[in-house]
Amino acid sequence: MGWQDAKGTKIVTRNFGVANSHKLAVYTSGGGWEGFKKAITAAPPALLDEVKKSNLRGRGGAGFSTGMKWSFIPKEAKRVYLVCNADESEPGTCKDRELLAYDPHMLIEGMTIASYTVGCKHAYIYIRGEMMREAKIVQAAIDEAYEAGWLGREHATANGPFKLDITLHRGAGAYICGEETALLNSLEGQRGWPRLKPPFPAVKGLFKEATIVNNVETLMNVPDIVLKGGDWFAKLGTAKSGGTRIVCVSGHVKKPGVYELPMGIPFRDLIYDVCGGIVGDRPLKGLIPGGSSMPPLDASEIDVPIEFDALMTDPRIKDVEAKPGVPFDLGGGRRLKTMAGSGGVVVFDDSTDVVALCARIMRFYAHESCGQCTPCREGTGWLARVCTRLAAGDGRPGDVDLLAHVAVGIAGNTICALGEAAAWPMLGFLTKFRGDFEQRLRKVA
Amino acid sequence: MPLEFSAQSKLQIERLRSRYPTNQAALLPVLHLAQDEFGSLPDEALDLVAKTLELPAAHVFGVVTFYTMFHREPHGANELMVCTNVSCMLRGGYDILHHIEKTLGVKAGETTADGAFSLVEEECLAACANAPMMICGNEYFLDLTPDKVDRALDELRKRYDERKRVAAPAGRKT
Repeated sequence: MGWQDAKGTKIVTRNFGVANSHKLAVYTSGGGWEGFKKAITAAPPALLDEVKKSNLRGRGGAGFSTGMKWSFIPKEAKRVYLVCNADESEPGTCKDRELLAYDPHMLIEGMTIASYTVGCKHAYIYIRGEMMREAKIVQAAIDEAYEAGWLGREHATANGPFKLDITLHRGAGAYICGEETALLNSLEGQRGWPRLKPPFPAVKGLFKEATIVNNVETLMNVPDIVLKGGDWFAKLGTAKSGGTRIVCVSGHVKKPGVYELPMGIPFRDLIYDVCGGIVGDRPLKGLIPGGSSMPPLDASEIDVPIEFDALMTDPRIKDVEAKPGVPFDLGGGRRLKTMAGSGGVVVFDDSTDVVALCARIMRFYAHESCGQCTPCREGTGWLARVCTRLAAGDGRPGDVDLLAHVAVGIAGNTICALGEAAAWPMLGFLTKFRGDFEQRLRKVA
Repeated sequence: MPLEFSAQSKLQIERLRSRYPTNQAALLPVLHLAQDEFGSLPDEALDLVAKTLELPAAHVFGVVTFYTMFHREPHGANELMVCTNVSCMLRGGYDILHHIEKTLGVKAGETTADGAFSLVEEECLAACANAPMMICGNEYFLDLTPDKVDRALDELRKRYDERKRVAAPAGRKT
């Protein structure tokens, strides 16, 4: 229990378990809205500097610097929108749903500070359609914030009068809408089709105006950064990643859960210390480090720290290969290892049929491909069908190479990252567990 | 017969329109509202939504068919969304799905003959730490076992029968 208790600074999950943590009165009695009160005594550029200093990085998956993202809003922008991405649907990820249910007011305060900083007057929360219970909780919280005058009323600030509206917008069932430009199209009442970039949303986003899209957890860190300082937040983390990290652990561990942990804890400690080890004390086979879009790690690679940069570069992680001995090229000779993604860690033991597991992941992407780009629309279908027949024992000679060939054909050739989200884990599973795939084929022969 | 929104829904639609700079942006929320009111989204409902928001009917159709939560056909009173994605699969999500299929006598994607249940095989529902799981409306059913599923189905069935019993004397139009 060492990691959780001894070293555990809690920011976004600190009110988990507090009775009625979703009510405004409980939130303010625990110091809620103090961050906003402090924020409006400063000018927006000073707040932006503080967020940059904090090394806060996006918690939705890409890990991009939040301060940097905010700074991309053009100075001459007439209207600015802030959109909170609450469309959590990356398989293995279950943090935002809990954050929304337990502490919606921390999100509303974070959005209010962010809006003041970037100059937004009307912010939107795009919540996943299936989260019907959470939508009710968040809407009730927004209503409370209006009643209390935090929203919808003018505040005197160092930058003149500031008033914010927040609207909750429900999605309707489409994984792709978690991709920020698909989300913007969906919010505009269109099909959730990703847009070509550039222009990036910061320049031309929602309703063709300058737009910032941030994840739930990212925005919830903002009040404490303002209150306690960017330096404080940066020091909690590692060199280039500030703050704490939420990991959602599922699969074959004794204590699955949503844990807020120090940035950089190794997977080994996460599994055997925080989560009490593998069910039945079986040997570990591997894990998915950050949602199903990320290439898996095998049991020999779990001593790396869970941190954005480490997972992309640590030499203890093998390079993902396009075929045996040939590393997959991310472009310009860059190698692919894996990524921290959304923090969804899926652990599997030695009894797991990884071919069937991989086939399930491929069926997911085939189902969720929006259909715009041919390589993804057709390619994910191929990956799903070939992988499924292999798992069922109906594989054909050449299927393993075919899977890799199709995956390589998808990656880098699509408008959005859903193509990579299917291709990378496919190549990752083939790299780390190729024997399992080939053995399935031999059984047929 | 052309459909009409209730007075309450009309009010809500006006409120929704005031939250966005374009009519079109209110489309998803209005479609949710229409589906809640009419039970599904047949052509008549799409026409009504198109007319209400002054949008081309083809656009409304294109949007409705893109999202999995919008139904062109009526669904059961209880929509069981059972997750079978990775985290649930590793902890028996498919066993749960098959158990429900056997108990209700329908396959995933189908509705029971009495209209009480629709069964949907869902993608990850963001409750991975409590796998296997399912949701029904606002309710989460977590850390499922076949026993727990049986109890949940019994409870949902009981509530459904009760609602029907209360609604029946009023002579509900169908």
